[in-house]
Amino acid sequence: MNKKLEARNVNVYYDQTHVIKGVNLGIDMNSVTAFIGPSGCGKSTFLRLYNRMNDLIEGFRKDGQILIDGKEIYENGMRVEDLRKKVGMVFQKPNPFPKSIYENVIYGLRIRGINNKKMLDETVERSLRQAALWDEVKDNLKKSALALSGGQQQRLCIARAIATEPSVLLMDEPASALDPISTSKVEDLIYELKSQFTIIIVTHNMQQAGRVSDHTAFFYLGELVEYDETKKIFTNPADTRTQDYITGRFG
Amino acid sequence: MTHLESEIKNLKSEMLEMFALVKSQLEKSKQSLIRLDKDLAREVLVHEKRVNGFELKVDRDCENIIALFNPLAIDLRFVLACLKINSNLERIGDIAEGICQFVLNIKLEPEKSLLENTRMMEMFDTSIMVLDDTMQAFETEDTRLARSVFKKDEILDEINLNANQAVADFIRENPERINQSLYLLSSIRKLERVGDQCKNIAEEIIFYIEAKVLKHKSREQKQA
Repeated sequence: MNKKLEARNVNVYYDQTHVIKGVNLGIDMNSVTAFIGPSGCGKSTFLRLYNRMNDLIEGFRKDGQILIDGKEIYENGMRVEDLRKKVGMVFQKPNPFPKSIYENVIYGLRIRGINNKKMLDETVERSLRQAALWDEVKDNLKKSALALSGGQQQRLCIARAIATEPSVLLMDEPASALDPISTSKVEDLIYELKSQFTIIIVTHNMQQAGRVSDHTAFFYLGELVEYDETKKIFTNPADTRTQDYITGRFG
Repeated sequence: MTHLESEIKNLKSEMLEMFALVKSQLEKSKQSLIRLDKDLAREVLVHEKRVNGFELKVDRDCENIIALFNPLAIDLRFVLACLKINSNLERIGDIAEGICQFVLNIKLEPEKSLLENTRMMEMFDTSIMVLDDTMQAFETEDTRLARSVFKKDEILDEINLNANQAVADFIRENPERINQSLYLLSSIRKLERVGDQCKNIAEEIIFYIEAKVLKHKSREQKQA
């Protein structure tokens, strides 16, 4: 079966530092994959390869291939703007724009020149519903996004990321700054969104990785040590380094 | 050592204490039956309360480790295995108690020929040996020794199978000793269950060390 996302022998360097070492990884469509590993292991760098967020980092160099739907995303003809329509991203800290809730959601559409009110309204409702935020904000869409709670802001950022209808959603520790109730909402949301998106989540929370993902990839010192079904990784990992990490013996 | 490692280490020590207590109960039940030592039988009954108390403590500790430390992989398998082994050990404690109840109920010392023909002593010794091997396998994480339990259990099955005939013959010749004979047969049945409990424990030891599930597998598959 063709993979939605595919990495073929990928190496990444920041100047002389070799941060990703010969990684091969295929990710199925409409699945959730968790990237785990100690700080500095390369998991966030690897995540950001999928939407070319590393390109502007000084000294960044990559070889190998990253394919989305079978197409190499680092080839010359690929426009980063087009890539990012396809690949949405949610960050660790909620980062809404200092605009209204409504304007935040449709930001991606606005910069693409879409001004059709009916279409924008529909997108706002659909995205906020998908992000499980609609019921909480539907009567206050003109309110500033900055007035929302942290958990609501993060769900707004998810709504903003999915408003442009990407097929891939990258999440870099999306719940690490949230309280347990908001975390649980974001986790439920990931479960709901799986049917429409291919999701990769970087997390330091083992239980979260276990709860939300179908597959887990363990990175260590830039290597992809182990990639398998999440159930297998958390009950009987094949590599002792994975076992030592998830049981808290190092990292 | 991490906090979780130290909790796991404590749990293992508790489990070994539980093993030792249950083994001592079984050994005392043997002595009390052979010698018709009713005082020793009463001691076993009193200590059975300690076994029950230990079971509750281990259960509570396992629950706490799962709730507070969210163990994973081998740690999770160890805690899950301890929960089940704990329950198996408590049942072995019940078996020792049951045998001592018989000792308190019978009036005459068991007939030597009946003990010999039913191979009662061999049954006791083998079940204590199997329990000891299981304890060693748990302590030293020796899955080879754990696997050897499956084979040794066959001896207990065989003695149990032949005991019916030996007891029937004895009753025919000594109808006045029918009660005592039935108590003895019942004790043999109970000891056969010790073998089954030890087999369950051995399966759990292999599960936690090798992550292999042997439950409901054939004898050949288990020993492979």
